[in-house]
Amino acid sequence: MKAVALIILNRLGLGLVTLFVVSVLIFAAVNMLPGDFAQAILGQGATEEAVAAIREDLGLNKNPVARYTDWLGGILKGDFGVSFAQANFSSFAGEDASKGGIGSVAAQLEPRFKNTLFLAAVAAIISVPISLILGIMAALYRNSIFDRFVNVSTLTSISSPEFFVAYVLILFLAVLNPVLPSLSNIFAEMSFTERLIKTLLPALTLTLVVTAHMMRMTRAAIINLLASPYIEMARLKGIKPARVIVFHALPNALAPIINVIALNLAYLVTGVVVVEVVFVYPGIGQLFVDSVKIRDIPVVQACCLIFAAAYILLNLTADIFSILSNPRLRHPK
Amino acid sequence: MKTEQPLVKIRNIFIQGRSDEDWLPIINGIDLDLNRGEVLGLIGESGAGKSTLGLAAMGFARDGCRIASGTVEFDGIDLIAADAATKRSLLGRRIAYVAQSAAASFNPAHKIINQHTEAPIQHGVSGRSESEKDAIELYRRLRLPNPDEIGFRYPHQVSGGQLQRAMTAMAMSCRPDLIIFDEPTTALDVTTQIEVLAAIRDIVQQFDTAAIYITHDLAVVAQMADRIKVLLKGDQVEESDTRSMLDDPKQDYTKSLWAVRSFTREEKPLASEDELPVVRVRNVTASYGTVPVLHDVSFDVHASRTVAVVGESGSGKSTVARCITGLLKPSEGVIEFDGTPLPADYRQRSVEQLKQVQMIYQMADTALNPRKRIREIIGRPVEFYLGLRGKEKTERVAELLDQIELDPDQFMGRLPSELSGGQKQRIGIARALAADPKFIICDEVTSALDQLVAEGILKLLARLQDSLGLAYMFITHDLATVRAIADEVVVMKDGRVVEAGGKTDMFTPPHHDYTNLLLSSVPEMDPDWLTELLDQRGVDNIGDAAIERMEDA
Amino acid sequence: MDTVVWLISWALAIGIVGGVFRFAGQKIRWPSEQLNIYFRDMPLMVGIGFVFGVVLLYVVFHYYFIEKSTFFRWAVQGFVIFSAASWLFWTFGKHVGTRGSRKLFRKMPLTAAFGIMTIIVYAVLSIFAGVLAPYGQEEIFDKINVLPGGDLAAGGDPRFLLGTDQLGRDLLSRLIYGGQNTVGIAFMTTILAFLIGATFGFLAATLGGWFDQVVSRGVDAMMAIPQLIFALLLLTIATAWAGSNKGLITLYMIVIIAVLDSTRVFRLARAVGFNIVVMDYIEAAKLRGEKLSYLIFREILPNAYAPLLAEFGLRFCFVFLTIAALSFLGIGIQPPLADWGTMVRDLSQFINFAQFSPLTAALPLMAAGAIALLTVAVNFVVDWMLHQSSGLKD
Repeated sequence: MKAVALIILNRLGLGLVTLFVVSVLIFAAVNMLPGDFAQAILGQGATEEAVAAIREDLGLNKNPVARYTDWLGGILKGDFGVSFAQANFSSFAGEDASKGGIGSVAAQLEPRFKNTLFLAAVAAIISVPISLILGIMAALYRNSIFDRFVNVSTLTSISSPEFFVAYVLILFLAVLNPVLPSLSNIFAEMSFTERLIKTLLPALTLTLVVTAHMMRMTRAAIINLLASPYIEMARLKGIKPARVIVFHALPNALAPIINVIALNLAYLVTGVVVVEVVFVYPGIGQLFVDSVKIRDIPVVQACCLIFAAAYILLNLTADIFSILSNPRLRHPK
Repeated sequence: MKTEQPLVKIRNIFIQGRSDEDWLPIINGIDLDLNRGEVLGLIGESGAGKSTLGLAAMGFARDGCRIASGTVEFDGIDLIAADAATKRSLLGRRIAYVAQSAAASFNPAHKIINQHTEAPIQHGVSGRSESEKDAIELYRRLRLPNPDEIGFRYPHQVSGGQLQRAMTAMAMSCRPDLIIFDEPTTALDVTTQIEVLAAIRDIVQQFDTAAIYITHDLAVVAQMADRIKVLLKGDQVEESDTRSMLDDPKQDYTKSLWAVRSFTREEKPLASEDELPVVRVRNVTASYGTVPVLHDVSFDVHASRTVAVVGESGSGKSTVARCITGLLKPSEGVIEFDGTPLPADYRQRSVEQLKQVQMIYQMADTALNPRKRIREIIGRPVEFYLGLRGKEKTERVAELLDQIELDPDQFMGRLPSELSGGQKQRIGIARALAADPKFIICDEVTSALDQLVAEGILKLLARLQDSLGLAYMFITHDLATVRAIADEVVVMKDGRVVEAGGKTDMFTPPHHDYTNLLLSSVPEMDPDWLTELLDQRGVDNIGDAAIERMEDA
Repeated sequence: MDTVVWLISWALAIGIVGGVFRFAGQKIRWPSEQLNIYFRDMPLMVGIGFVFGVVLLYVVFHYYFIEKSTFFRWAVQGFVIFSAASWLFWTFGKHVGTRGSRKLFRKMPLTAAFGIMTIIVYAVLSIFAGVLAPYGQEEIFDKINVLPGGDLAAGGDPRFLLGTDQLGRDLLSRLIYGGQNTVGIAFMTTILAFLIGATFGFLAATLGGWFDQVVSRGVDAMMAIPQLIFALLLLTIATAWAGSNKGLITLYMIVIIAVLDSTRVFRLARAVGFNIVVMDYIEAAKLRGEKLSYLIFREILPNAYAPLLAEFGLRFCFVFLTIAALSFLGIGIQPPLADWGTMVRDLSQFINFAQFSPLTAALPLMAAGAIALLTVAVNFVVDWMLHQSSGLKD
């Protein structure tokens, strides 16, 4: 047991290091911008004094290392900095945005982050069970008509861009048969069911794409497993097929299946961006794309970090679970 | 008891395997009878279809195989016509299976004893506590260490030889009428193999179980079987009871199989003290990272002589080869070639030094680049070391192909995939010869080959040595090969040289305990060999147990 | 809630009928022994599958003949036409050509034949876009917002079969040129990604040691950020650098995506390389004293072609989809170049006209479908190639 704890601690440490490296990477990338933010915020016509004032305000006079530590220190305290767009706006309004008012990135991110989580959760709740069941069935009945059908349709679904799936769904479920809304305008005051209904179409889009991935990976993992000699041995012991699956295959399938799920949830992280834009869903993905267009650097940085963190965390979870479910590691010699 | 009715009756069975869209024959119309309490040995080379036939006796065909026609009857039940439920009720309860690789055939997620009791519980033969008690009793009878406790471990916590015995115990759990043993000792070292053989034979006799014992090793089958059936490429060659089969084989193929074992070469006299050895390994100590693998290893190889380095897996014999070729830097000691020390790293050696030390590999499949034609494979060293090009190069390649007894016109343009295993190994030899070296390392060159083919390779190597004056270092775990080709023998264990000397000396007792154990563990063709050996050494003084005693002493 | 109840009751009904079907099949004495055995050994799920198939077929037929299901009818018709075309192509390939190509076609599944046919069509369309398109991609006409269909009475124009956009550009021409731009750029990007990734991958595999460590860790860090997100971040910076030069943005995008995607090529090339490097024939070549270039180009590369080719297909799909997504988000290929992703975004509002003018609503789907069709085709071919090379005969 001690060995496993050590390995897991090691992985956790590695995850932290990765996160650190990623934050450096993001910070460095942003600092490759030509000129500086102050100029970018105020535009070409700004006076020298105004630029200098903003520069002072944002701490742009410091050297990069100091700025990085400031930025990281802020993030650790939950302060992601000030959005340029909002800063502009709030300086007109006469507010001090840097004190966590409406202009702070954190304030902007929080509700959107919850919305995105909600969307991803709905998609995951629908897709995980469906894809596991179908994937296992495709593996059990491999090379049957069912399996071929599944193979062709999942391949098609994987190959289609998310916006194609999204518009087809809109066409059939919102325009031709208006059962679901095609725009996901969500407010904080909405009731749960209302929110769910508004979220359903984007969630279904994500589900279709992710399910296909997950199913193919599950199928491959299970087929790989069923080819092992111990499964043949179980069959040759005259064990019933259902028991072969439950007692012999499943305990060993846990690691690959958890891996598949985590990998696909990580995939959801990216898929969310396009889908949120199509449905005008107020999540981080949409905020991210909008901020990219107007070059609102602090928001871009923050979104990037959040996406990367989610991605790293999910991969880390997959890693840790597969270590935990490996009997060779759980019961060392 | 109905003595007339055989337990297993296979008639005119045809089995096919799928290759792309065609079904290719694997077994062509074989009959098989097995009486109660009888052990039938199925032997043949790889591709003979012995495993497929063994599984067919259970009414089972692997994925990608099918039983095309014929009947399989077990105790009067037609296994081919039977539905899945009927077959299931027989498997595990009345017919059991012991697979080649116990490590892969035990489920890594469950304790050994839980897998043992699964069949009795599922078939309703006995309850959990009862079958657990029985399991422990079986472990005791199979002489597993700590029988009370070993079952409660996970498969990866138990050694290969013990696991194989545990699997035999598992097969016995329902006291079946028939057990199929599918090469149960092939993956094991000789000293471990003997323990497993003794245990299997005992238990089969104690419970009077019928068995089909599948193997490619004649000496093993001679110990185990009452009757032997010889297969060749899906056809039956001949069948008779063990003794008459050994004494008086009828078919040419069987005779040639038997004859392989008798190939030996005259031992050359030891080189004189003052003669300069081609290669001298001096006090070499080496490790992989922090794991020490070699301790103070020294031996010499003289021109026109073969030194066989013998040991079981993990003895460090291949590591010695890596040190000589310069792939692994020894932490201490030095390799001398013709009296001058070689740089420890191959990258620092001159082309002339590299040319003199050549290597022939165990797996001819991975030793030849599958994308290159024979012309290039042999031609490259000719060009690289000797600088021959164009017509001269082609002529040299043709000459080399002649030397390894392959027709240049026919083979020059082929890819490795268009060759048989033996032919590939010959190409490997030709590539080594192409450098025109003085010294060749042969790393288990025959262990992946069938016996007849292996014999051809050994004869070829012997002939080349006589005509070219080559020095060989022969790494092997197979003592029959040593007996056939070696002049001197170096026995290794745990990274140390245990004993070294001339071949005849080494095969005449008395010796170091480990050498004795190793030599005595090699099965012989005599059906009474195992019995006599057990009488001589005692059942507790073989295999791991014997090694433990040695270490205690 | 009703939908859920409805779904569950249908599933139950199909399950029960499937069970009954299997039971009946087992009770009936069929004239042929094979059928008897087939039913005897039939798992329950197979019986249910049969019934489900029948229900599915019925639903398809039912909707096909409903008046208002125009899109569904189009989908079914498209499916049938494509299947028939690829079947013809397949049969053609089996009987015409060299012995090798005929054998190849005999062994390939219909889906792969469909893939190859589609890829050929796309290649021809992209290469000869200048010849095939009726007008230029930037040519502006005075008639704007012409509806598709070519019917003057219905707001169309026979000169513009698919109509014109809000600037008065011919949509058919832009669709065809869009193929040239989107596919061409994706293809170039993939090749660039391969050059970078494969070079480093094989070097890492052959050299090992610190070089491998440094490059691998760097790649790990890059892969820790989701690719699309990282691409968006870098593109933000790139657009700032490019300023008002739109062509430069496209160029930067190619480089950025190529570099990001090369990480995956690197992983594969390194893994494939490592599998080859451990082979004895490489050891033999090293011990012979061969140089690094000989090892990589003469010993390793020839054995890596098959997996690399399949990976090329996969990477192309991925790059193609990424570029399409970026363009869709408005940060990819820049106007006035026509490209499918941007077209989808620009035309997406038309989808709301599906009730009145199905053809207009189909416009954004055509551009999106064009993207989907090509990736599907490539994926089908890759799937078949992977199946071939893995030697899976199950």
